[in-house]
Amino acid sequence: MISIEVKDLSLGYEKQVVVKDLNFTVHEGDYLCIVGENGSGKTTLLKTLLSLNEPLQGSIVFSGGLKRNEIGYLPQQSNVQRDFPATVEEIVMSGFAGKNSRRFFHDESQKKTAKENMEKMRVADLSSSSFSHLSGGQQQRVLLARALCATEKVLLLDEPVAGLDQQSSTSMYGLIRDLNREGMTIIMITHDIEDVLQDATHVLQIGHTNRFTDIKTFRSGRKEEDHVG
Amino acid sequence: MLAELSLYLSFPFVRYALIVSVLIALCSSLLGVILVLRRFSHLGDGLSHVAFGAMAAASVAGLKNDMAIVLPVTVATAVFLLKNGKRGMIKGDAAIAMLSTAALAFGYLMMNLFPTSGNISGDVCTTLFGSTSILTLKRSDVVLCSALSFAVLLIYILFYEKIFAITFDEDFAKATGVDTARYNLLIAVVIAVVVVLAMNLVGSLLISALLVFPVLSAMRLFASFRNVSVFAALISVFCAVAGILISILASTPVGSTIVACDFVIFLLCTVFGRNG
Ligand SMILES: Nc1ncnc2c1ncn2[C@@H]1O[C@H](COP(=O)(O)OP(=O)(O)O)[C@@H](O)[C@H]1O
Ligand SMILES: [Mg+2]
Repeated sequence: MISIEVKDLSLGYEKQVVVKDLNFTVHEGDYLCIVGENGSGKTTLLKTLLSLNEPLQGSIVFSGGLKRNEIGYLPQQSNVQRDFPATVEEIVMSGFAGKNSRRFFHDESQKKTAKENMEKMRVADLSSSSFSHLSGGQQQRVLLARALCATEKVLLLDEPVAGLDQQSSTSMYGLIRDLNREGMTIIMITHDIEDVLQDATHVLQIGHTNRFTDIKTFRSGRKEEDHVG
Repeated sequence: MLAELSLYLSFPFVRYALIVSVLIALCSSLLGVILVLRRFSHLGDGLSHVAFGAMAAASVAGLKNDMAIVLPVTVATAVFLLKNGKRGMIKGDAAIAMLSTAALAFGYLMMNLFPTSGNISGDVCTTLFGSTSILTLKRSDVVLCSALSFAVLLIYILFYEKIFAITFDEDFAKATGVDTARYNLLIAVVIAVVVVLAMNLVGSLLISALLVFPVLSAMRLFASFRNVSVFAALISVFCAVAGILISILASTPVGSTIVACDFVIFLLCTVFGRNG
């Protein structure tokens, strides 16, 4: 049983603290939703979980045999080069690059896995298309297929539906739900918690005060707020 | 004209020049793919000016083998610039501009203050725009250049998948276990080597053209990373050969002629390309 345990974590850049005293644990199969204002440090948290940033304080413990490079990542959209000359297949295959540290090239089984992931994300028929010519929703699904090549266990998603139209968002959330039901642990930043209240198992609110709750407590808390309001 | 060409080609120095230019054109276009797509187009420019400064320092110091200074200095600069590109006191492109102009100015100053030959402006012009030195290559130069070029080519092919992953999305590559620091170092070293080699061919002012034009041309025509890499290399080699042959027949400066060919091809690709 894998888990990620975050203890007394403080995040930030150089001397500027962005988030303080974070505590939460994610277990295998969980669907954690991270919400908070713009600039509250959600992306910074994901990057710290991915070891792209150093924590200022506290610890992140991976257990159950989860390795640091077994996490898939869907970056915030502004960080992806949309006009890069590459085909869908080239980008999906690049999800394996970190796994081949003792090898120069991918093997046949990886090629097969990539194909399966493209089919799962419904971009298989686009495999030789140019990434830059795809719609926003298609590009996100390609990047999700790439992330699936990097992991079978944990996915970190940074605002996966930002900028997508209603239909693409719904389909994106549907794909993420299916992955979760197949056992993938999901940690996702989102703006519109409404759309995933049915899917998520836990909610982490980041801001002046950080709150980590399971989804039931979160829902009933919101009902009470409604009554008071 | 053909007779004239075959006469020229019977001279070893012309053949050496052709071999070396093809190899340099090949390497620089491949590295250009990485530089352009990572938005480091100016790095080659900056490094070549630093190499110019180092060359001036070497010649003032009276060193016979200036490679012993120029190569390490350029490699160190490349490593420094790539490492500090994102978070440094001075932002990446400003750092490059600063270093490159300073090196250029100090190089020229030194050559004037401590002249080693009677013809300073000739020397400077040679280093900046490339020279006939490509036509005075010795056999040992050709061997060295070939060895380095094959090393560059081998690195690009062997690490192709990692290079693609890092160029497309460095954060993702790093997060999923690619040792990006190591590959960035490797890329920096290779770029420095190629820049120093290319100075022989087109001089330090025109190196950017050699790095950037073939990639931009190939990007007008193709949409996959593999095709862009392959065709950037082909275009670059074609322009190098065409440029040398034209410069021999028309007695034009080698470096500028090659760059002019690259530019013409770029225009053609822009007009006829589908991605333009
Ligand atoms: N590379 C960086 N260097 C310094 N400060 C940063 C950097 N990236 C983000 N920040 C700052 O950290 C804070 C949190 O940013 P971020 O994690 O991107 O917020 P969110 O994703 O919640 O919108 C912001 O105030 C932002 O300005
Ligand atoms: Mg963010």
